[in-house]
Order: sequence, then C-alpha cells, then structure tokens
Amino acid sequence: MAVNQISVFLENRNGQLAEITGLLAENKINLRAISIAETADYGVLRIIADDSEKAKNALLQNGNIIKVNPVTVVAVPDKPAGLSELLNMLAKSDVSIEYMYSLFTHQNDKAYMVFRVTDYDNFIKLLSKHGLTPIHSAELGLK
Amino acid sequence: MSNYYQPEVETASYEEIRALQDERLVKQVKHVWENVPYYRKKMEAKGVTPEDIKGVDDLHKLPFITKDDLREAYPYGLLGADLSKCVRIQSTSGTTGKRVVAFYTKEDVDLWEDCCARALVAVGATNEDVCQVAYGYGLFTGGAGLHGGSHKVGSLTLPMSSGNTDRQLQFMTDLGSTILCCTPSYAAYLSESIHERGLRDQIKLKAGIFGAEAWSENMRRDIENGLGIKAYDIYGLTEISGPGVAFECEEQTGMHINEDHFIPEIINPDTEEVLPIGSKGELVFTCITKEAFPLLRYRTRDICVLSREKCSCGRTLIKMSKPMGRSDDMLIVKGVNVFPSQIETVLLEQGYPPNYQIIVDRVNNSDTLEVLVEMTPELFSDNLGDITTMEKELVSALKTMLGIYAKVKLVAPKTIARSEGKAVRIIDKRKI
Ligand SMILES: [Zn+2]
Repeated sequence: MAVNQISVFLENRNGQLAEITGLLAENKINLRAISIAETADYGVLRIIADDSEKAKNALLQNGNIIKVNPVTVVAVPDKPAGLSELLNMLAKSDVSIEYMYSLFTHQNDKAYMVFRVTDYDNFIKLLSKHGLTPIHSAELGLK
Repeated sequence: MSNYYQPEVETASYEEIRALQDERLVKQVKHVWENVPYYRKKMEAKGVTPEDIKGVDDLHKLPFITKDDLREAYPYGLLGADLSKCVRIQSTSGTTGKRVVAFYTKEDVDLWEDCCARALVAVGATNEDVCQVAYGYGLFTGGAGLHGGSHKVGSLTLPMSSGNTDRQLQFMTDLGSTILCCTPSYAAYLSESIHERGLRDQIKLKAGIFGAEAWSENMRRDIENGLGIKAYDIYGLTEISGPGVAFECEEQTGMHINEDHFIPEIINPDTEEVLPIGSKGELVFTCITKEAFPLLRYRTRDICVLSREKCSCGRTLIKMSKPMGRSDDMLIVKGVNVFPSQIETVLLEQGYPPNYQIIVDRVNNSDTLEVLVEMTPELFSDNLGDITTMEKELVSALKTMLGIYAKVKLVAPKTIARSEGKAVRIIDKRKI
C-alpha cells in the first residue's frame, strides 16, 4: 500500500546531484518526486522513482549509500487551504511530520503529497476520519 | 599448544639473555667504533670509548642516534660493513622528507628473517600453512620480511604484494590461504570485500599478522570477527631491520621483543633520562647483531611501556605495549597532543568504519582539526535529523577523547584511499 522512497547520501560536492539524475536517466528511470535535505556538508536526496527496484540497483551498483523505505502518499484537494487543513489537523494530533514533499503529478484537482510521519497507524486513522486515504503505488503507475 | 621457532632463545632465562646481550653489545660497540666514523665522532664528543662499555649496564653511556642523524648521514654515513659484504637495501619514506635507506649483509637478512619466522610460528604457522603476504613488496620492509620468514617456516608463500583485491581474493579462495600478512587497514578492506562478495564460506584463514600501522583493539575485534581469525600485531622499523623486531603471541597482550638482537630502553623523550621498566616513554633500540646498519641507541619516537611479566605462552622475551603514539604521527593541535589512534578508537566505539583521515589546517592563526569519516549503509538514514544527531554525538565523543573540538565531515564510502600499503591518515596543511 505504501510507496517506496529511495534516499541517497549526498556529499557536499559539485555535480553529485547531476551525476545521480544522469545515472537514473541512463537507466531509463523516471523520477516522480525529488526532495533534498541538506546541511552545509552533506545531504539526503529522496526520490520516488517509477521503478524503485531498478533505481535501487542502479544506485547500489554505482556505489551510492542508499536506503529504501515506505512513505505515505496522500491526495490533497488542489485548492487554497487544501494542504493547510490537513496540516492543522495533524498539528492537533500526536502525529508529527518528519518530512514531506510533493509529487510532480497533479490529477483530478488533487495534489499528491509525500509524508513521512512518526506514527503511521494513527496517521492513517486521522486521514480516514477526514475522508482521505493513502494512495497505492499502482494508482500512481509506480512499480 | 605453544610452538617456538627458536626455543633456545625465546624461552631462555633472563640471566642467559642478559649474558648474551652483554657479550654481543661489547662486540658491537667495538665494531661500530672501528667501522662507523660518524658514530665514533659522537662517542668521542661524549668522551666514551669501547673500553667503557662492559655490558648492558653501561648502555646509557652511549650517544643516541636520531632521525636527524639518519638524514645527516644519508646515504652511507652509518654503514657499518664494506659494501662488498652488503647484499640488500630496504627503504622507507620518512614523514619529514628524506628517505631512510638501510643496508643488510647476508647475515643481517638471515637474522631478520629469523625474527619474522618467530612471529609466524607464534601465531601458529607451520610448513602445512599457506601464507598470503599482502604487504607491499619492494623497498618497503613489510613484504620482504614476512616473505623471508614464511620461507624459513616452510609455509607455502604467496608473494601477492599489496593491492589488486580481486587477485588477492582469488588466490585466497583458490589456494586456501590460512595466514594473512598485511597492514591492518588492508585487512579490514579485504574483510569488507569478502563480505560484499559473499565469499565468507570460502575463506580458510585462521590467523593474520598485521603491522606497519597503528591500530586499536576495536579494529582488531572487527578484523577478527570479519575474517573469523585471530589477528596479531607485529612491530618493526626499517632503521632497526623491519617487521619482527617484536611480535605478538597467543596471549595478545603486548609484543615480545627479540632482545637477543635488539636491546630496548625506555627514555623520557624530553630529558633523555632512562626510565625503569614499566614506565611510559620513548622506545630506544640498540642493534647488537646487525653488521651493515648497526644503529646504537636509536630513538624510535614510539611511545610505549615495557614489561617483564611472565607470559602464558612460555616466552621469556621482554614485552612492549602497542605504541600509544608516535611522535612522528603525533599532532600538536591548538597546543594539545593528538594521536590518530585516539580518533580511531572513538570511531569504532561509535560504530563508524575504521577508515578516516585527519586534516589539520590553520585558519586566521588558529589551528583547525577536521576528521573525514566514511558513511555506511548502516549509519545512513532518510531523515537528515538522525544523521546530524549522530554527527553531533561523534563530535562530542571526539571532544571528550581529545580535549579539543574536531569538525566531522561525512564522506561517501571508499573516498579515503587505503588499498595500497599504508593509508594516508594525516594531512597537515599548516605551513609553519
Ligand atoms: Zn607471550
């Protein structure tokens, strides 16, 4: 049900990001989302690829340090306040967001947001209370 | 289970060893006086003649030889035998520029190889073993020393030299190597490569001799667990002969010094005063059997402790602790002494790989210390906060150990070169 995210360790080095996206492009892997968190010295690149297994193998073979873990994708109404309503609801709960970012895709007046939260089960309960459900990989055309 | 290569020496009584040392020292001082004008001048300057040296008790009367002397006398100034009698040189790149070139007669090579054979037998080597020598061959003493020792023991010797990991692992699995000799950093690297390639079941190693670099007890454990072997230390330096000056036995609590060839002393490095056994100080060696490069009272710059406590292996040879630091490697950063081995200990305790590089620089007249550490899949997290927390813990542990702040820089795996010979651990960019 969850979507696989691949995180890649980034050194603070010019061209490293281009190297990784280039490698994925060479392997005909499409990226559906990218987010980077960084300090002055290093960073974490997070990607959602259309074929996560293929992306994982390409990166491992390239000698990158990676981690694959499930994240939750939620379709948020693509209108003003669509996201803030959801965030407000989370703010009032015990669930905290470790990080979030958006998918490139917009569909049916919805924006797709990627969430990594501290308490997955409670997060799902909260979502359903508000009529939202996590999106399956298949719905996004991900392998 | 103890086995000795030369039991008559290795298990001799203290009195027997002492008598041998007295006799050999007297002879050696005479040999040096007659053959090494450079040292004779030093003796004359101190007002000492061979007649003043009647035994080990008089050793303290002799002048020291330092790295500076080696530099000044380079290349032939300390030669103690006619070149027609010399058959070999070995050399090491001094950390301060000029190379050290050491000379050997046939007898010198023979005795050196005996020392290495003692080390190999002490870790269990027999003529049934397959000994993979993955130290660098050539000028470096590592390859030549263990190679010669392995021949003497009668083990099947694989003269691999360092590097070319694919070939190392192919021979290791195809020929069933049982003993591995290389630098500890290369042993750790081979261990990682074996695991990456899923070759663990095909490895027959039982023991390894790893020297020429400082390494910690934690690193020993890592190598032992990774390769399923017992990992032993060996000590030596080109100036004195090479590996085999001292070697570890099954007890793994220090290295037995081959004191029938090399008399150790511990001195206060500042006052040059000789300290009693058990004190921590600079290790000094006097070669009493070497002909071609017979250094007397050579200051090694290694800081360690000697012990005559009875060893369970049955050897009576005096033991030296692992060097706690080398004045050559010792960095003075912001006025504080920093040893790479301290940094290594912290890294291993915090779950980092034992592969690091220390960069010292001076910015705005103030020293900076940076430690490059390799990221591993186990330490990596998708959450940046986890990594920064981990990094802060490492910085704080380093601060506790060193007493000063060290910046930590996480780098991609295998960024820090280590597959050839000695890893470059320290880069000092300060121009003083
Ligand atoms: Zn012993």
